[in-house]
Amino acid sequence: MPKPYVTILGKAVRAASRLRGGGSALPGLVVERIDPDFIRATLATLPHGVVVISGTNGKTTTTKMVVELLESQGLKVFTNRTGSNFTRGVAAALLGEINLKGELKADIAVLELDEAHAVKFVRTIPPRYSLLLNVMRDQLDRFGEIDTTAKMLQIIAMSTTDSVVLNREDQRIAQLQTHLTTQKVSFFGLSPKLVTLFPSDDDLHGGAEPSSARMTDVELLNFDDKKAAFRLGDKKVITALKLNGIYNIFNAAAALALVRAIVGETLDNDKLVTALAEVEPAFGRGETLIVNGQPIELVLVKNPSGFRLGLKSFKPKGYATMIAINDNYADGRDMSWLWDVDFESLQPVGVDEVSGVRAYDMALRLRYDEVPITSVNPDLGKALKHFLSANNSKPKRIYCTYTAMLDLRRRLSKITNVESIE
Amino acid sequence: MTGRLITILQLYPKAMNIYGDYGNVLVLKRRLQWYGYEVNVLAYNTGDKFPDDVDLIIGGGGQDSGQLQIQADLLMIAPRLQQLADRGVPMLMICGLYQLFGKFFKTASGDVIQGIGLLDIETYGKSERLIGNVVATSDQFGKIIGYENHSGQTYLGSGVTPLGEIQLGAGNNTDSNTEGARYNNVIGSYLHGSILPKNPQIADFLIDRAVTNKYGVFYSEPIGDKFVGEARKVASKRPR
Repeated sequence: MPKPYVTILGKAVRAASRLRGGGSALPGLVVERIDPDFIRATLATLPHGVVVISGTNGKTTTTKMVVELLESQGLKVFTNRTGSNFTRGVAAALLGEINLKGELKADIAVLELDEAHAVKFVRTIPPRYSLLLNVMRDQLDRFGEIDTTAKMLQIIAMSTTDSVVLNREDQRIAQLQTHLTTQKVSFFGLSPKLVTLFPSDDDLHGGAEPSSARMTDVELLNFDDKKAAFRLGDKKVITALKLNGIYNIFNAAAALALVRAIVGETLDNDKLVTALAEVEPAFGRGETLIVNGQPIELVLVKNPSGFRLGLKSFKPKGYATMIAINDNYADGRDMSWLWDVDFESLQPVGVDEVSGVRAYDMALRLRYDEVPITSVNPDLGKALKHFLSANNSKPKRIYCTYTAMLDLRRRLSKITNVESIE
Repeated sequence: MTGRLITILQLYPKAMNIYGDYGNVLVLKRRLQWYGYEVNVLAYNTGDKFPDDVDLIIGGGGQDSGQLQIQADLLMIAPRLQQLADRGVPMLMICGLYQLFGKFFKTASGDVIQGIGLLDIETYGKSERLIGNVVATSDQFGKIIGYENHSGQTYLGSGVTPLGEIQLGAGNNTDSNTEGARYNNVIGSYLHGSILPKNPQIADFLIDRAVTNKYGVFYSEPIGDKFVGEARKVASKRPR
């Protein structure tokens, strides 16, 4: 149990920072400084322990799914819903949930953690369950190499006390199994005919690995725009989905495998599938807003594989397209990644608006794929305004990096209904 | 001008393709096409037969594990690469392959990875990783814009000249202000970004050498470099 005065102080900072519209991590930072044991002590009281979800792509959406699926099984779940996936984001989220006595009324904590922060986190708080999604080229300016990132995920897996759920189709993730001796290990994966839809970075320039012979617990068998077929253990289920984008649907397989590992034999399959059908994408991960009666889809892109899957998931025909690329710390400063994405699918319809700090890098990239561009404007506000007015009667789609997405969402929230991130 | 073919060889795209260096191949391919040439892009991976006719050779960076995979194979094709370099075939080697084109890479733990010695350079692994935006200058190419991400530090011998002088960033090493190395028409560099899109003057140098070697002269109408000026301006002002 955390010290009472820390709880009260933390909650006060949280209230104050929300009043001035500040970031979600500040109160967590304050608590972390005053009582470093705050998170551990609070989470230690949970009967079903702690779940850590990490990997390069899909953490936020997968975490959201896992939470909703666990809730369908009657569990009360604590999570870091704010998308602030650093340790102090967890502390900040805890402050919002605990009462003034410092008690957390939940059965289980499901936490999305950035790879580097997860390594620190598991050292203090070994999770009972972990789910490792993928390791892709991303933030190489922070981590240096993909193999370095893979080693971080290995530490998370090895610190897990009960079950580890791994992606069979990502070679660096699947081989983590060889390091796990005391933990239960299960895999999620794709049917053989779907594997080619998810090229890894290694496959990009012809380095494809043969699919492994490991058995999956959950497999995505097939999907179309509105529904998907999964194999759960030895049972096949077909369900409608509100999620769009093939990467979100593959993440659903990951979430199902994790929930099966947590709940075990008492799992209520019908309730599970009903809940899955109701899950909506997390903010900026294919979410749809409405402006002037027309939908605007926001697609977060932060690394080559994510951008490639985004382009593959959403057909450009009939849509006005905008791309917004920033290079702030959270986006990654290196623009090299844009050259590992193939934009030729946009050739027939072109791109209507290119924006963000690195708008001209993006425009240059499109030029070398011979994609026509209507307008380039690095200023996000002006670009958005122009994009909306010039394409008033069309459905729209915006591919954007993380900080560009936060900025665009804030601007859009002034003209339409946007769900608050906090 | 149709029927004039230029063959680009990409070295080890399977193992050495990190950091978007594929952009260099794409830029050369498109510019050659825009200049009116036909382009054939070949890949050379470990164990492949080295093609007979090659006009331009490109290589990229890789993970440390990727470098180990290709090292033995690279030593085998070294005599052929040396012969082509001596003959004036233009080459662009970035990061990992830049290091392996040198004499050796001595890791921080003291292991020595032998290079092919085509460039008179030596590289030493350091604990500090040099990461960030880079601006360099050269008499021939003017301002060179890129992004570095390496822990090996490279020292130049008398057999090479630097590609440029560092204005922002680290470049070859933290002891001097040089970036990259040149021998004949071979350019080695630490710069990603990819380097060629924002530095078309270097792309056109490689193209000019390749075409001149094969057809005696390179002449073409300017193709226009839309967006490049603005992209360079923004990149040179971003935080490291």
